Amino acid sequence: MHALGPAGSDAGPGTQASLDAAPPGTKTVLGAAEIRRALTRIAHEILERTDGAADVMLLGIPTRGVPLAHRLADRLSQAEHGLVPAGSLDITMYRDDLRLRPARTLGHTDVPPAGIDGRVVVLVDDVLYSGRTVRAALDALVDLGRPRAVQLAVLVDRGHRELPIRADYVGKNLPTSQREVVRVLLEETDGQDAVLLGDDGGGA
Amino acid sequence: MNRHLISAADLSRDDALLILDTAEELAQMADRPIRKLPTLRGRTVVNLFYEDSTRTRISFEAAAKRLSADVINFSAKGSSVAKGESLKDTALTLEAMGADAVVIRHGASGAPHRLAGWVRGSVVNAGDGAHEHPTQALLDAFTMRRRLGRLEGLRVAIVGDVLHSRVARSNVRLLRTLGAEVMLVAPPTLLPVAVGGWPCEVSYDLDAALPKADVVMMLRVQQERMNAAYFPTVREYSRRYGLDSRRMALLPEHAIIMHPGPMNRGVEIAADVADSVRSTIVEQVSNGVSVRMAVLYLLLGGSEAQR
Repeated sequence: MHALGPAGSDAGPGTQASLDAAPPGTKTVLGAAEIRRALTRIAHEILERTDGAADVMLLGIPTRGVPLAHRLADRLSQAEHGLVPAGSLDITMYRDDLRLRPARTLGHTDVPPAGIDGRVVVLVDDVLYSGRTVRAALDALVDLGRPRAVQLAVLVDRGHRELPIRADYVGKNLPTSQREVVRVLLEETDGQDAVLLGDDGGGA
Repeated sequence: MNRHLISAADLSRDDALLILDTAEELAQMADRPIRKLPTLRGRTVVNLFYEDSTRTRISFEAAAKRLSADVINFSAKGSSVAKGESLKDTALTLEAMGADAVVIRHGASGAPHRLAGWVRGSVVNAGDGAHEHPTQALLDAFTMRRRLGRLEGLRVAIVGDVLHSRVARSNVRLLRTLGAEVMLVAPPTLLPVAVGGWPCEVSYDLDAALPKADVVMMLRVQQERMNAAYFPTVREYSRRYGLDSRRMALLPEHAIIMHPGPMNRGVEIAADVADSVRSTIVEQVSNGVSVRMAVLYLLLGGSEAQR
């Protein structure tokens, strides 16, 4: 939920109360079935690109990257009959915009006991936008160890990069204007699966 | 959160829980290969210590450094304070050096409060006279929650020199806010006159208090502050209010033993009790760093405008 929209749209779960499929002023870009298919495709791409995901570890970026990482890990484990570890990586303390807002509540970092040294770490986030979240995640990762390689999987790439960063696995490329807001809803955090696109009218 | 942390009474329940939850995340860092976060890069934290201290000063210094802040240590000995410089002039000097936070320990109650009126940065009270020591109370609460899983409804006995103890004062306030029940156990001479107005129970009988305590916190007998006779002999105090292995056996199975340090082994706590598995004394020190990191992050980590 980090690189999500213009300033102000990075709202916590508490403000995401509205559960209508598509609230007024927004439209559903991906439904539950499409999200499921996109994750299955990403899982297969990871298997192809990493020779069966032997050394892979998935780290989700809170909030919504974490359930996505676990869903991908389940698919990888089913496909290869081996357990693919998944965890979470909080990047709050590494953000470059900490001084622009009140101190943020920290998310949870949970690195599987195997550690990241020598592994192929796939970072998982819901939306790729400016790329600043991923920059912070790379810094956070360096402090945890030395992965063999780092890759990036996102459910939605909405463009407007501000840093030289790209995703290795993309669920859907979604051309947007910077005024628009992309909201990802997930069963685990919001009670339903959907990707919504809306205007930044009155704050999403 | 307020801009300063001067008294445990300044903290609402939500503030206190936010600090404890933040500390919980930061405590994970102790297991990492690189124990440093870039969060407070370019910020300056001044440790202004007018009274002797090892663990609190080192703990604040370690906390600030793990968050990448610049730390300036200032102790009254060997500084211009020895030449008679006033607290206000020292404060203005710090202000001119651009301190973003001042961590102050002072022998006079209320010194941090005065300081807060003179400097632009955040003031953190690291102990003022017999008044308050809020970060100690926070790390005690953090330790209790880690060991026992909750704070709500916990029965905490605070034993010993309550009169001179800023730790006891801060703990009574904070634990009350967090829903624990506090009982103070001390000889009548070592209880403050106004203790009747505190939100806690009072007892003079340690043996009776122990069987229902989830936590027993022993306080140091502060002989440096005792300019009158508060008890006949140290031996008698130790017999009636010291925690030895016989008394430890009166505690429930799960109960933990705490001490803010430094200990007088053989006075308020027996050596074998201090070193037992139920004692959290060493844990309290490492938890102190996590809690102080959380406080510094929450006070300094956000925007200037908000502060």
